[in-house]
Amino acid sequence: MSWGDIYRENILDHYKRPSHKGTIESPDITYEDSNPLCGDVIRMDVKVEDGKIAAVRFSGQGCSISQASADMLCEKLEGMSLDEAKKISREDVLEMLGIELGPVRLKCGLLALKTLKAGVYGLEQWPGEDEDENP
Amino acid sequence: MTHRPEGATAAPARAFDPVVVREDFPILRVRDGRRLVYLDSAATSQKPEAVLRAMDRYYETCNANIHRGVYRIAEEATAAYEDARRRVANFIGARSPREVIFTRNSTEALNLIAYSYGRTFLKPGDAILLTETEHHSNFVPWQILAQERGLEMRFIPIDGHQELDLAALPGLLADGRVRLATVVHISNTLGTINPVAEIAKQVKAAGAVMVVDASQSVPHCPVDVQALGADFVAFTSHKMLGPTGIGALWARREHLEAMPPFLSGGEMIREVKLKSSKWNELPWKFEAGTMCIAEAVGLGAAVQYLETLGMDAVFAHDRELAAYTIGRLADVPGVRVLGPPADRHAGAVAFTMEGVHPHDIATVLDADDVAVRAGHHCTMPLHTKLGIPASTRASFHCYSVPEDVDAMIRGLERARKMFT
Repeated sequence: MSWGDIYRENILDHYKRPSHKGTIESPDITYEDSNPLCGDVIRMDVKVEDGKIAAVRFSGQGCSISQASADMLCEKLEGMSLDEAKKISREDVLEMLGIELGPVRLKCGLLALKTLKAGVYGLEQWPGEDEDENP
Repeated sequence: MTHRPEGATAAPARAFDPVVVREDFPILRVRDGRRLVYLDSAATSQKPEAVLRAMDRYYETCNANIHRGVYRIAEEATAAYEDARRRVANFIGARSPREVIFTRNSTEALNLIAYSYGRTFLKPGDAILLTETEHHSNFVPWQILAQERGLEMRFIPIDGHQELDLAALPGLLADGRVRLATVVHISNTLGTINPVAEIAKQVKAAGAVMVVDASQSVPHCPVDVQALGADFVAFTSHKMLGPTGIGALWARREHLEAMPPFLSGGEMIREVKLKSSKWNELPWKFEAGTMCIAEAVGLGAAVQYLETLGMDAVFAHDRELAAYTIGRLADVPGVRVLGPPADRHAGAVAFTMEGVHPHDIATVLDADDVAVRAGHHCTMPLHTKLGIPASTRASFHCYSVPEDVDAMIRGLERARKMFT
């Protein structure tokens, strides 16, 4: 794999000009998680109206893969019901990214999803994340 | 401050040429037109053919369990294993090979001290002294011990040059409660060369024992454990051109005699009854179960190889490359180098680049077969102190050449254009 494949234009675009980077004042759901490998941190703020995600923003710091995947995920999430959000799978995120990721960078690519799910489910109901495991 | 580490002994060296040295390392040979630019030797070094052959030879000619069989190859295997220990002992200036315990790596050596010495000799209310720059392997065992035994943890801070602030040391030792101090000799992140002999002098005068994490120093510079004035010194084979799976703890004999075993089982005993046992003598008291025999043999060969190069020459070469790297990085916009200035920097150079995450830098460099480390290099507390989540690090050994650094710089320019 070379960076020619991994750093596609859409990834660089989301990284340099994210549409959903920021925070939401008094969000209904907020959760922060980190990748212990590199110290990347992502916080997801979600505003819920009538059971649907009215607004979502991510903040934190990380590499282009983790930041772009967070931004793409946010775009996808707006308008979804919480139940639909729970059903987003790692395959969905990887498809969005449109690139092959090795086991190390996979964790970067899936950090936002992991953070979102932990937040949406709430820690009590959190079924665990198979997203985070190496293939 | 002297920039040659204390404890250095002059060793005869043939003038070595890294371009010639590279030929000894099979992984560095050009294959299918691809040349590996390996700049992650602080994580693990590459291995010369002499080490690989020594291990092969052991398996091909005398593989047997050691200290057990009385047949010919078992005797040969035992001799090879103990010969490696003698080589290591001589390499670091130990008084006796009995003071050298083989472990799995530095981490296990440090855990051995924390478990065996710490749990026996440290009492609630005692303090232990670390630095803010320790590798996780020299933090976590002590955190666990401190929680378990009710110890206070104290830290030597870093100053504006990201070097240890020794002015703080007398105050940290003043109340006489510090019973153990543990300090990294050469920082894997900052490339600082810590004055451990000076620290050891003060620590010992305050009635504490001194532990040195020599993971980045024994592989890269002359180290004489007597001159360091330490009580315990931990290091690992895989960073010094040897195989993974074996490391060593050197300790003063009186400590090792007084300490209970760490792991228990076969080999470490003299006599086993149904309900009690007597321990074997040193060093085998601390080597439970079948050890990594081929790896010990490989480590012995690595030491021999390093002695041929001469550790003074290896260290001078590392530091020249570090200075060259720092100079080249100065011309790259947005780059900030961690650690002390070039004239005080060991062979690990970590840096950040404005607007580009270390992971992205490492991935871009990887496209040109340039291998660097990206992350926190197992020094999260230090990165937190410096206010950065991660950094990129280039580190060297005897086979590294300026062209390797040039390749990295070219990649950095490309990464900067892509991401900013």
